[in-house]
Amino acid sequence: MPEPRPASETVILTAEQMSRTITRIAHEILEKNPGSEKLAVVGIHTRGAFLGARIHKLLCEVGGRDYAAGNLDISFYRDDVAARGAVGVIPSTPQPVVKDTDLPFTIDGARVVLVDDVLYTGRTIRAAIDALFDYGRPATVQLAVLVDRGHRELPIRPDYVGKNLPTASRERISVRVDECDGVDEVVLVRSKEA
Amino acid sequence: MPKRDLISIEDLSRADVELLLDTAESFLPVLERDIKKVPTLRGRTIINLFWEASTRTSSSFDLAAKRLSADTLALKASGSAVEKGETLKDTAITLSAYSPDIIVMRHPSAGACQTLSANTEASVINAGDGKHQHPTQCLLDLFSMRQNLGRDLDGLKVFIIGDILHSRVARSDIMGFQMLGMEVTLVAPPTLMPRGIEEMGVKVEYDLANLKDADVIYLLRIQKERIKAGAAYLPSLREYSQLWGISQARLGPKQRVMHPGPINRGVEIASDIADDDENLIAHQVFSGLAVRMAILYRTIVGYSDGAASGEVL
Repeated sequence: MPEPRPASETVILTAEQMSRTITRIAHEILEKNPGSEKLAVVGIHTRGAFLGARIHKLLCEVGGRDYAAGNLDISFYRDDVAARGAVGVIPSTPQPVVKDTDLPFTIDGARVVLVDDVLYTGRTIRAAIDALFDYGRPATVQLAVLVDRGHRELPIRPDYVGKNLPTASRERISVRVDECDGVDEVVLVRSKEA
Repeated sequence: MPKRDLISIEDLSRADVELLLDTAESFLPVLERDIKKVPTLRGRTIINLFWEASTRTSSSFDLAAKRLSADTLALKASGSAVEKGETLKDTAITLSAYSPDIIVMRHPSAGACQTLSANTEASVINAGDGKHQHPTQCLLDLFSMRQNLGRDLDGLKVFIIGDILHSRVARSDIMGFQMLGMEVTLVAPPTLMPRGIEEMGVKVEYDLANLKDADVIYLLRIQKERIKAGAAYLPSLREYSQLWGISQARLGPKQRVMHPGPINRGVEIASDIADDDENLIAHQVFSGLAVRMAILYRTIVGYSDGAASGEVL
């Protein structure tokens, strides 16, 4: 028996809507990169990697080609590495477990589509671009996200957006994917103290 | 976040050790690509103090810091104010003026790292202190084992053979190997076996009669400088080699040999073993870099695994 959904959560995308959105993004990517053999999908750990794998599968099916794919972990490129003992430094968020970066193709000259679940401040994408460039010099880097929730702190914009969702900073977007959460859905979570 | 030292392997929980090994693994792809450097510790300062000779440990700590984009400063006893009689406390106070984030130290005296830590804001990492501990060696040994023998080391039988008495590596390894569920047997001539070591939960033997039971044979260097000093530890190196030295003829097909280096060919280890790539000796040196990157990284960013945080930037 699944537990009843907490009152603080609102479903933004159901499993079916999520699947349709991902399909649409895949089609848009093919449309914008016609006939390109150099297309490569790179998912950002953790959930971006699962979404990236799904988009990659669709691209190969629809495009009739075997496109390159990979995953990127940005832990070593974050801009909030804790400053221990330093005066006036805000305690940083816990550092996530580092996952493997796996880019089994030549980055040089590739048309890379970065995939992430939620676009927020843009700092993750900044880190991902930095990481990518340590592996080579891509021809282009494009960005696909399932949800754009606004509040950008850097001049970064997505090329493919599943859903634009203006949010308050105290709200949180939780993207859940079957591969690691056992369910496909996007929910808006209001924080309790708000 | 309070500062975090790594002075003894006991400073780490099993979860910490596993997190460090996982982190080290995630640095491996970085070490294989063209640009072998990540910006993680940019602007951080790491001081390497080596008051005792070292090749592997000092070079791998130095390179690990550089691979993480930290600034490094290397000091040795010779040519420094230590020769003029400066105390460790005063050296610590002096170096702290540069606000280092981490001080890595090797020192001939057990317990020197505690003195250093008490006199600096920096995190202290023990790179070997006297006969006490060498925790980063233990971690790289565990990493080599995990990469070569499988992730689950539980129940593995390890024989540590050699000069246990003078070995800080043995002390750290016994604790670390046991922490991950391995069974440790110590083999040494009675003169080089510390009294009461059984209390650490190890088996103690004085010859190689049961060597066939070992999955891993961990050889320690016979510290020639101690043998020559006229001390009655061993009648001769040749006798040691005959009774406790390991050559291919003594090994079964599945047994793997490890050695922290530097090796004494023809004493504790025969050349046929030292040159056999099936053994883990070369891999241990390779592991040193990734593991020390992981240690520097976790010392600064913290040991929290943050799995539940799921924060989005």
